[in-house]
Order: sequence, then structure tokens, then C-alpha cells
Amino acid sequence: MSNIAIEFDNVGKMYRLGRVGTGTLSHDLNRWWTMNILRKEDPYLKIGEANDRSTKGHSDYVWALRDISFKVEQGDVVGIIGKNGAGKSTLLKLLSRITSPSTGSIRYNGRIASLLEVGTGFHPEMTGRENIYMNASIMGMTKKEITRKLDEIVEFAGVERYLDTPVKRYSSGMTVRLGFAVAAFLEPEILVVDEVLTVGDAEFQKKAIGKMKEVSQTGGRTVLFVSHNMAAVRRLCKTGVLLQNGQLHFQGMTNDVINEYMKSSLDSFSNAPLSDMPRGTKTNGFVRFLGIEFLDRDNSPIEPCCGRFLRIRLKLVVKTKEVKSCYISVGFRNIYGDPLMTFPSDMTIDDFSLTQGEHFAILDIPKLPLTAGTYRVGLWCEVRNSISSISCADYIDNTIKIEVNDDDFFNRGKQIASHLCGKIVLCDHNWTIL
Amino acid sequence: MYTTEIKPHKKLLDIDLKGIWHYRDLYYMYVRRDIVTLYKQTILGPLWYIIQPLFTTIMYMFVFGGLAGISTDGAPQPLFYMAGIVLWGYFTQCFNTSSDVFGTNANVFGKVYFPRLVVPLSGITSGLLKMLIQLGIFVAIYIYYVLTLPSGTLSINASILLFPVLIVMIAMHGMSWGLIVSSMTTKYRDMKFFVQFAIQLFMYATPVIYPLSVAPEKYRDIIALNPLTPIFEAFKYGCFGCGSLDWSGLLYSAIFMCITLFISVVIFSRTERNFMDTV
Repeated sequence: MSNIAIEFDNVGKMYRLGRVGTGTLSHDLNRWWTMNILRKEDPYLKIGEANDRSTKGHSDYVWALRDISFKVEQGDVVGIIGKNGAGKSTLLKLLSRITSPSTGSIRYNGRIASLLEVGTGFHPEMTGRENIYMNASIMGMTKKEITRKLDEIVEFAGVERYLDTPVKRYSSGMTVRLGFAVAAFLEPEILVVDEVLTVGDAEFQKKAIGKMKEVSQTGGRTVLFVSHNMAAVRRLCKTGVLLQNGQLHFQGMTNDVINEYMKSSLDSFSNAPLSDMPRGTKTNGFVRFLGIEFLDRDNSPIEPCCGRFLRIRLKLVVKTKEVKSCYISVGFRNIYGDPLMTFPSDMTIDDFSLTQGEHFAILDIPKLPLTAGTYRVGLWCEVRNSISSISCADYIDNTIKIEVNDDDFFNRGKQIASHLCGKIVLCDHNWTIL
Repeated sequence: MYTTEIKPHKKLLDIDLKGIWHYRDLYYMYVRRDIVTLYKQTILGPLWYIIQPLFTTIMYMFVFGGLAGISTDGAPQPLFYMAGIVLWGYFTQCFNTSSDVFGTNANVFGKVYFPRLVVPLSGITSGLLKMLIQLGIFVAIYIYYVLTLPSGTLSINASILLFPVLIVMIAMHGMSWGLIVSSMTTKYRDMKFFVQFAIQLFMYATPVIYPLSVAPEKYRDIIALNPLTPIFEAFKYGCFGCGSLDWSGLLYSAIFMCITLFISVVIFSRTERNFMDTV
């Protein structure tokens, strides 16, 4: 029987949307009246809605989290995943007691520290040494503990020479290193890491991940890891929790959770009505793209992942009786519009003819070479032997958005540096060193 | 089984005394930080602690003592004004640091949890040190007058021993009023502006620059309602022997203090739990 380190019990958190200001006073008075005089429940707790940021709600109140119940065993590394706004950060805020839940309770054992708190309370006028003491005592260390660990902290940060210099003279990198060094020597029972991999440079990320591994492997400490980076979650976490619109959607082993996330977090763009999209040039209108879908081998919708199979299924309609010598092309650009890859059908198959009505065009990419990020997709359909003077039948000018998720392209458990993500393409290759 | 439990509603009075004790080193660090960093990169440095009350005293001597001709009840003008300025300065310091505690510390409070009461407590402590330095100047001038004036003019008496009690009372008044305001300013920013000038005006409702005895009869009762009045009067009585030592007034002030302190801590501990949502 293993110990439970953290227990969430029906936790909910409600926020008021819009401006805090007008109307707040009347709501406050109303709440005070019903709760303290009439002895009833908070009137605004009832009218909150599930948090779905893309649809406009009817209520000003929204549940950022609702009915969250789960347990974390001691020594587990738990990945918390979900789309932006799913409630991940709110969950961590509640856990680290920065704000309190509206309903339910959270119980845990020991001290909680977060790697996000790097450099909290640093005062630019104080020296490195003073700031170590300040920062560490904010995080709950006693002076004695800090003095004992001071040498280690200074060595880890590599700022020995500047120890008695005000922090305002530090480079930003030194400040971060100093802050991180303090966090690294806190030795908390529960460590919370929120998207730490997206801030800081490569070296910092490496240190952060190394520290997380160390923390979880030695001493059986518990780590909660929030990230959009599926490769990192897969690599570090044993189990995972999937949040969706503020609710606990799925909990289980990391791989299952990630698969569930991919399935559930279909981007609305992938099924956007292409007929509404702006056309890039003058077209003859013989063929129209109707839809684009991102699928796996079994034709079930997925989110595209770096290094994984991706099937793009285009739905199109032929408006004349027949089009002959037709070809289609799909192009990928980065968000800045620089072309990255193109998949023209005339390079791999012969031009084709289509009869009137709806058709599907299926493009299989065995191993998606795009790194994690957002890309723009463009579609082109051309009819070569057209009776019209315009040969372009339909053209969507790179306005389809596609989100590529991070995954392990080379299956080596390593990760592309984040500053390259969304900017480069990968391909299989071999190195030989002689 | 669990060391910590986080729940939405807690008991009415839930001060985490154990937590505050655990964070006593943080309290010390905050006090130190306030003092060390305040006058960094200034030439005169801590001299500013002294310059401010000194020049204010000279100004008051000119305006209130000279132009307006308000009596100081027999005490030498510099001493009389300085006593008021130092005490009032400490009160406003306690009030201001407490009332703005969520605003100035939002970035720290938004990242880490620790008992928030540590910050206002450290604020009134660093203010205390500042006040003691200023008091040193007051004592120096006092000694000068004792030596130069005919003996008996300045009758220091045993009630000066009340001084530590008076200081604690001023600090607690300032802090508890500040804490009450702090919880309101997080949501309604108007309070901040209102309070800033309200506290300036409030000085004139307190016998800082005048003795209670010169206040017109019809206003005297109103001024006596001010819980700070007996404290200021008692201090001046102890130093100069002017005015009166009003025991019932001090008792009233102490009761008032206990009630506001209780209310403020209740409000504060409620606010600290959710203020990040509104700030």
C-alpha cells in the first residue's frame, strides 16, 4: 500500500468574467445578503458555467475547475495536460495556496515548491547573497537551512564572483541561474513545474529537467508537471491527468492520457468550412475544396504529431460535368508564411479526372517532419485542359491553421530545442563517425 | 494523515500563528530588506531619516507656531512639533505599509504562499527602527533644552514610562486600520485614493500640531473620540508635563484598538485567500 501524497476532493474554482468593477459591488452586496442574512448558499456558485472559452456563455461566472477529484501517490511524476484554458494553471494555483478553491478541499503532505517561482522576491538593490536568503526564506526555508546550503547554492548557480554585488548588475541569465539554484536546493516533498521548459534557454531547460528527474528518483518525492510538450511529458511522467474545460477528463498511464488528449483536443480549425475561406486568386470555380481533416491510419481524427503518421483527407466537389487533367497540391508554411514543404500530386501520381459530385483526396505523410508549433496549410487545385482561360480551379492561400504537437521524432528520448520548434523540419538520417 | 488541508471556507478567526512563527526568518529578511534598500544609492543615506522630521518641524514652527500662532501649551515649539511629527510619521508608516500590502506585493503573493501577515508585521517593525532613529534626534534636542532652559520648564515625569505601550498602540492602530483598508483596495481601487488624502486630513483631527487644550470646546469632544488622541496627549504629558494624562481615554483607545485589530485580522485572512483573483 503506497502513500497518497496529494488528494483533490471535489475541487472547484469559480471566476467572474469580464471587468472587475462595474456591478461588483451589487454582486458583493447580494452575495453577502443571501449568505449571511438569509443563510443560503452563495447565489453565484449555482449559475456558473463550464469553462469553454471558444463559445460565448450566458453567465458572467465561469467554473475554471469543477468537481476535480484525484489522488497522487507519493513518488509519482504526474503530467497534467490539457488545452490552454483547461484549468491546469488554476489547479496549481490552488495547490500552492495562491488562491483558494470555491468548493471542495485539497489535502497534501509536506512542503510544496514550484520551479516557476524562480527568483521570487529578488530585490535589485540587494546583493546576490542577501537575495539568496530573501528568496529562500520566502519559499519557507529557515535561515539555518540556508546558511548550511549556501555554498552549494552558489556553486550550482556559478555566481561566486558576484555574490556581494547587487543583483541589478547581474545579467538576466545570472539572475535566473541564481533563482533556480535556490529552488533546486529547497528539497520540497512536492515539486510543481509549470511550463518551465518554455522559459529560459536550452541549458536552463536541461537543468530543470535533470532536477525534476533527480527529485523524483531520489527520496520518493512527488512531482506535478504541467506542459504542452508531449515529448517531455512522455519521457518524465509515469501517470497523467487530462483536464478539459475545467473538468477532469481522464486519468491514467501517460501514454493513454496523451492519446486521449490527442483525440479530444481536436482543433476546430481542422473541420472549418473551407467554402467560407478566402480564395487567394481568381479561380474558375470548377472544383471547390469543402473540408480538410487530419486523421490517423484508421481514419479517426487526431492532432498531428511530430514524427508520426498523418493522413490529410480533403473533401472537394466538382461543379461541372467533368474535369480532366487535374492535380492537387498541399503546402505547409510556418506562421510567418515562409514555405516549408509542398506535396504536389503531379509529382507522385498522374493527373486525374473527376466526375461531377463530391470526392475525397487522401494524402498520407508517413512521418510528419514538422516540429511542434503552428503552421499554415495551403490547398491548390488546378485543371490543366480547361476550357476557361484560368487554369486554377481552387486555391486556399495558406489560411488553414494546423497545430503540430511535439513528439519524439527520432525515438531516442531526446527533444528538439524549443527555440527551433515551429521553425525547422526534420528528416531521418544516419551519422557515422570514423 | 495529511499535513495541510486547503478548504474554501475557514473559521472566522483563523490566524496561522504556527505558520507565522515558522516564517520568522522571512519576517527578519523583510525588515532587513526595507532598511537596507530604502536609501541605497543616495548620498545622505540614513540621514534622510533625520532630515525629513527636522525640516518638517521647522516648517511647522513657521506656519503653525509663527503664522497661525497656535499655542504649544508651554512646551518649546521644536520639541512639541517634533514629538507630534515622529509619532504621526510612525502611525502613517504603519497604516500605509499595511494598506498597500496586496498592491506592492502582488507579484510575490501571486507566486508563493506564506502567511501574508508577515509582510505588514515586518513593515511596522522596520518603521519602528526608523522612528527610534528620529526619536534619537528628539532626545538630543530635548537634552539641549533641559540644559539651556531654567529648570522646571520641562517637567519630565514618570508617565514617560508608558512610552513603549503608546508606541505599540500606535503601531496596532495603524496596522489594523491599514489592513481593513487593504482588503478593500484590492477590489475597489477608489479606496486607495480616498484613503491617501483622508489620512492627511485625519492628522488635523488628532492633536499632533496642537494640544487638545487649545481646541475649541465644541470640537473637543469630537477630537476626544479619536482613539489616537489620548496616545498623543499622554506622550506629550510625559515629555513636557503639559496637557493631561487621561487614563479613561487610554482605556478607550486600547479597547478600540483590540476591536479593530480583531476585525482587521479576520478581514485580512479572508482577503489573502482570494485576492489574486481580483487584484
